[in-house]
Amino acid sequence: MNIFSELKKSLIVALWFVFLTFPIMVIRVNTIEKIIEWRWRNMLIIAIGSFLVSLLWRYLLTRKQTQTDSQLEKRPLSQLIFEEPKVYKPILVLIGLFVVIFPFIFSSYQINIMTTALMYVMLGLGLNIVVGLAGLLDLGYVAFYAVGAYTYALINHHFGLGFWTILPVGALLAAFFGILLGFPVLRLRGDYLAIVTLGFGEIIRLILENWNEFSFGPSGIAHISRPGFMGINLNLNESIIYLYYLMIFFCLITIFVINRLQNSRIGRAWIALREDEVACQAMGIDKTKTKLTAFALGATWAGMVGVIFAAKTTFVNPASFTFLESAMILSIVVLGGMGSIVGVFIAAMILILTPEYLRAFSNYRMLLFGAVMVLMMVFRPQGIVPNVRRFYRFRRVTSNPGNLYDKSS
Amino acid sequence: MEYFLELLLGGLTRGSIYALIALGYTMVYGIIELINFAHGEIYMIGAFTALIIASVLTFHGFTGFSVLILASVVAVIYSAAYGYTVEKIAYKPLRQAPRLSPLISAIGMSIFLQNYVLIAQTSDFLPFPNLIPELPFLEEYSHIMGPAQLLIVITTAVVTIILTLFIKFTKTGKAMRATAQDRNMAMLMGVNVNKIISNTFIIGSALAAIGGVLIASHIGRINFYIGFIAGIKAFTAAVLGGIGSIPGAVLGGLVLGWTESFATGYVSSDYEDVFAFLLLVLILIFRPAGLLGRSAIQKV
Amino acid sequence: MTNLLEIHSLTMMFGGLKAVDDIDIYVAPKEIAALIGPNGAGKTTVFNCITGIYNPTEGDIFVCRPGGVKKRINGIKINKATELGIARTFQNTRLFPNMTVLENVMIGRHCRTRAGVLGAFLRDSSTLREEQQIIDFSYDILVHVGLADQVNELAKNLPYGDQRRLEIARAMATEPFLLLLDEPAAGMNPRETDELRELIDRIRNDKAISVLMIEHDMKMVMGISDRIFVLDYGKKIAEGTPEEIRENPVVIKAYLGEDFTIDA
Repeated sequence: MNIFSELKKSLIVALWFVFLTFPIMVIRVNTIEKIIEWRWRNMLIIAIGSFLVSLLWRYLLTRKQTQTDSQLEKRPLSQLIFEEPKVYKPILVLIGLFVVIFPFIFSSYQINIMTTALMYVMLGLGLNIVVGLAGLLDLGYVAFYAVGAYTYALINHHFGLGFWTILPVGALLAAFFGILLGFPVLRLRGDYLAIVTLGFGEIIRLILENWNEFSFGPSGIAHISRPGFMGINLNLNESIIYLYYLMIFFCLITIFVINRLQNSRIGRAWIALREDEVACQAMGIDKTKTKLTAFALGATWAGMVGVIFAAKTTFVNPASFTFLESAMILSIVVLGGMGSIVGVFIAAMILILTPEYLRAFSNYRMLLFGAVMVLMMVFRPQGIVPNVRRFYRFRRVTSNPGNLYDKSS
Repeated sequence: MEYFLELLLGGLTRGSIYALIALGYTMVYGIIELINFAHGEIYMIGAFTALIIASVLTFHGFTGFSVLILASVVAVIYSAAYGYTVEKIAYKPLRQAPRLSPLISAIGMSIFLQNYVLIAQTSDFLPFPNLIPELPFLEEYSHIMGPAQLLIVITTAVVTIILTLFIKFTKTGKAMRATAQDRNMAMLMGVNVNKIISNTFIIGSALAAIGGVLIASHIGRINFYIGFIAGIKAFTAAVLGGIGSIPGAVLGGLVLGWTESFATGYVSSDYEDVFAFLLLVLILIFRPAGLLGRSAIQKV
Repeated sequence: MTNLLEIHSLTMMFGGLKAVDDIDIYVAPKEIAALIGPNGAGKTTVFNCITGIYNPTEGDIFVCRPGGVKKRINGIKINKATELGIARTFQNTRLFPNMTVLENVMIGRHCRTRAGVLGAFLRDSSTLREEQQIIDFSYDILVHVGLADQVNELAKNLPYGDQRRLEIARAMATEPFLLLLDEPAAGMNPRETDELRELIDRIRNDKAISVLMIEHDMKMVMGISDRIFVLDYGKKIAEGTPEEIRENPVVIKAYLGEDFTIDA
């Protein structure tokens, strides 16, 4: 690789980006006072930034290309960790300990943030069934989340029923909506499915926004009951801690269930469907039914988190259920790795907690989500923690004289 | 009757804009079978660039139609440059990847560009300078058709005709059609496929910019979010007409424009966007090949 | 004995093009039949009609499981065809690239097993038993086709010849009575082709599965088939035993050009 020519290439890229970003980054017009602001400093930042990024970009691209040939056989680190109980057991114990004592070391503000992050873990894992396992790009996932949240909000508002009663109702109703939408659209090709689900998500939000008699419009519904704890009334602080533990409990259940699903007959069918639809059908798998199961299960999870969300914030309005929310959940799945439970967990923590704790980042939050999606697809489509491959135990057939092709004989 | 006429012309204006954006979707989809989610953002960037240039010029005392022309030219150049760059960054490295990858990358790009403009500029609506001259002969009909609307309809018609001729008769146009038919075969016949794909993005983005400038000067104000909804609606138009088909995109745009116009005019204006989404969902379910598209035979 | 597969005057049109034009084909139990003809003769289209990927424009396709009832399957759903007992491989192998060799075959067991979502949650004893049966059955098939050493390899990392055999194994996991092989020997070297030939022979003899295959390797076709159907431009131009086909002047002329003899 010629360093000089690489530098020259990057210089050209830098100049290109200076040109490209000039009107948007440098000029800002104040249309009220009719003043033009020239931000030349931005131009300098863009020039230096794009120069460096372009060097790094090409380096990573070439590395990725050479890697696919030579290092394909290498098992990912995550795989090695999960195969060695001596390594992963202490890690799990440490994490478990941290999780349990967390509310006692941190303020209720921090606990609240953590609870939110755990909600996204659950949403991410739910969407992971649909996108990661079954390969169905669902861009309207937030609609099912909204169904759950409004189910609790409305029933609680009108009839005063509590959290635990509505939780299964919200989940089932979301599943019902999932099937309702799934039936017609699941035979569509992948990219059409993406856009139809996006449209569906927007329809749900617009209905919530405009149908005032039903959903109280943009002002939303307030004073929703928090979850009760065996009939005891909790004060605010207690209920924050209670919700935190509740979320831990739900996350554990989710991980448990999804892990089992993944390694089941249905889970395999989902993965096969993602890999090759025609071959999958030719193996006798009912495409529509299998997709519908994935879709409905994903929706169920969103519905559950929706109920929890309404109970946590005690207030819902349509603004919480925009497309950007769907995109955020999607970028968690993409960053974590399609089908990877650990990956989704870590990704949710990174993407939700970083903007919360690094205030400087919070403005760039959505920018970050967008960039994550592009960069992960280009450089690491398998995600930060690739899905762990499972190996099966089988009965060894010892005597097999008729086998002509057994390479060992 | 007059109300009907007003809705009809309103739908025509709307539809023309959708058609201009839909052309970009349809061309890109025809060539690389990708829903270019970032296309709506390219349109928004076109509108923003035009607004910035036009504002700078008007603050310095220049006014009139020539400013609009100049701003449009700059917007077209910039949108084309953005379209070209987006393709190089987010789609080109993913040519061989599974279908889902470029789609996710495209969504990421769309969110990125939206927020890039939001952060670098503002989240507020900005007013677009009024640069379209009043036409005296239209004054009588001003309540049903203003000069801006006339401009939109005429521009769309001219642009579509030029594009059709371009694709039919120029060498690049023929290479585009060849690539859309069979990329590998086109490559074997000596077509530089990468260049053709770049050109497609450039042309599509330029058309979106024209749409952006027209809508900005018609509505009179824009913000960073206009690309999202317009993008989905234009995509609806492209699918409605039959994705991959250029006359289809125009027809789809007009049908969608009229649907929206009449639905909001006669039914309810609260659900303006719902009608478009509903139409999208219905077409994809019942006639995924669109009005002018042919259903493809699955190859095994 | 009734035929496993009977196709009567099958026609398949694409727009104005007749890809398959009024052909009759049948396959008897425990028989290896071959479908040959130049590229574009409509062979794969016939396969796609049988397996439900296309709905034929005209004609009838009947299948009859040994000891079962004759059934018309025009326009059947793809997965239903497999459930009935018709399994296939593809001209360009269509494995699940990021699944292991064993998992690929396990997918083939899907339509013969039952466990649902609830079973996956609960992992009750019947689900666990079924899962183990799936694994064992799949492993046995892999032993049968000679891929036992690569069970945990990702399908995409297999050499080409092994991928072809894995596709056959996967199809066999669905317990078909009729196996459709689309150019199984394509891209194989002579040694691999010989191995494949023995494998197909064994599938027929040990498992009592009938085979209908599309193949260009004349040595293999002539050596293994009980019956050969020759297609050209969508029309059936000949049918018969390998000997009959070898001497059929129409076949020699249309398919291989003048002055040519089929040697095997």
